[in-house]
Amino acid sequence: MASSDVKLIGAWASPFVMRPRIALNLKSVPYEFLQETFGSKSELLLKSNPVHKKIPVLLHADKPVCESNIIVEYIDDTWSSSGPSILPSDPYDRAMARFWAAYIDEKWFVALRSFLKAGGEEEKKAVIAQLEEGNAFLEKAFIDCSKGKPFFNGDNIGYLDIALGCFLAWLRVTELAVSHKILDEAKTPSLSKWAENFCNDPAVKPVMPETAKLAEFAKKIFS
Amino acid sequence: MAERSESEEVKLLGMWASPFSRRIEIALTLKGVSYEFSEEDITNKSSLLLQLNPVYKMIPVLVHNGKPISESLVILEYIDETWRDNPILPQDPYEKAMARFWAKFVDEQIYVTAMKVVGKIGEERDAVVEATRDLLMFLEKELVGKDFFGGRSLGFVDIVATLVAFWLMRTEEIVGVKVVPVDKFPEIHRWVKNLLGNDVIKKCIPPEDEHLQYIRARMEKLNVKSA
Repeated sequence: MASSDVKLIGAWASPFVMRPRIALNLKSVPYEFLQETFGSKSELLLKSNPVHKKIPVLLHADKPVCESNIIVEYIDDTWSSSGPSILPSDPYDRAMARFWAAYIDEKWFVALRSFLKAGGEEEKKAVIAQLEEGNAFLEKAFIDCSKGKPFFNGDNIGYLDIALGCFLAWLRVTELAVSHKILDEAKTPSLSKWAENFCNDPAVKPVMPETAKLAEFAKKIFS
Repeated sequence: MAERSESEEVKLLGMWASPFSRRIEIALTLKGVSYEFSEEDITNKSSLLLQLNPVYKMIPVLVHNGKPISESLVILEYIDETWRDNPILPQDPYEKAMARFWAKFVDEQIYVTAMKVVGKIGEERDAVVEATRDLLMFLEKELVGKDFFGGRSLGFVDIVATLVAFWLMRTEEIVGVKVVPVDKFPEIHRWVKNLLGNDVIKKCIPPEDEHLQYIRARMEKLNVKSA
C-alpha cells in the first residue's frame, strides 16, 4: 500500500498520537506523519476533526478516523491479516482490554496530568493517593490479563499495553518534576517489569520520546 | 445461533431509570438473549455490586457465566461479539470506527454538558443550553437521509443515543427549557418518532409517567427547582 494512502496528523510529544503510531508499526503499515505545530491547529486538522479539533487523526484514503483508541481498533480491523492481533480474540478478554483502556484515560491519566498542575502539599497528597489506587488496580489487571506472559496482551504488545504504555515517557517526566516515584517496583513489581519490556519493544522504541527532550518540552508548555 | 448450554447464565445488575442500564436491556432484547435483571438501589448499593464492580461501583454490570463486565459501551460491544444475531455494530471497519466515535461523543460530550443544565438558572443556564445545542447539531447532521444512525435499522449509536431521546428530551418538561426544539432539530425529532415505532425500544425504555415522577422527586431531593 502506498504510504500516501495513510496519513497521521499528530505531534511527537503526544501520548495519544503514540498509540496509532505503535499500531501502524505493529502492522508494518507505512504512513506519512503530519506534525502539528504546538500552539496552532492546521486547516487539515480542523477539517478532518471538526468535532474535537484534536490529534491524532488517521487519514486512510482521505477518510478521517478520530480518537486514539478508536483509531487503534480501526488499524487492527483494517490490516487484520498483517502482523499480530492488537486486540485479543476472546470477547471477554477484549472487554477487559477495553474496560481498562477506558479507565486509564478517564481516571489514571487524569490523575497523572493533575500531578503536574498540583499546587500545595494537600493537593499533591490527594493525587498521589489516587495514582497509587490506580496503580494497584492496574497491577492486578496486568496479572489477570497477561496470564503469566510479558504483556497485557500476552506474548506481544496489544491494545491495553499501548493504551497504558504511551504514557510512560510523561510518567518519567512527572516523576522527575515532583521528585516522587509514581511507578514503584516495590509496590507494583509486575507493572514495573512490564514497563521496561514495553519500552524495549521494536514497535515502540522509534516513537517513544526521550525523557530529556520531553522534560524540556514540558517546561516550555507548563511555564 | 449456536446451541447454548443450559448452564449459560446472563444476569444484569441495573436500575430502571438509568439510560446506561436501559441500553443494555435494549441490546439483550434485540438479540433475543434471556437474562435475569437485578434492580439495584443506587442510594444503597448491594455488596454484590461492590464486589462485581470494585473500580466504579456503578451499574450496569453484566454477568455472563459468572464473569462480570462493567461500563455500558464495553458491555454493548461484548454483547455484540458474543451473540451474533441482529448485529449492533457495522461490519465495515470505517463504519464501525464512526459508530464508536459517535457513541463516545454522546456519552462524553453531550451527556456531560447536558447534565449541567439541571440546577442552573439565568445566563449560566443559557450558556449550557447553547453548548448542548452546538453538540446536538453534530448528531442532527448525521441523521440527514437516514431513518436511524445505523441506517435503515437500529444500531450502536441509536441504542446509546436513547439517552438523548428519552432522558434529555423527556426532562425538558421538568427543567423548563426546550433544549431540543423541533424547529432547530427536525432530524432528531424524526429519529425519535422512528425509535418509538420500534417494538424493542418501546418495551425497554422506562414508562414515561413513572419516569417523569422519578426525575421530579430526585430534583426535589437535590433541592433543584423544577418547572
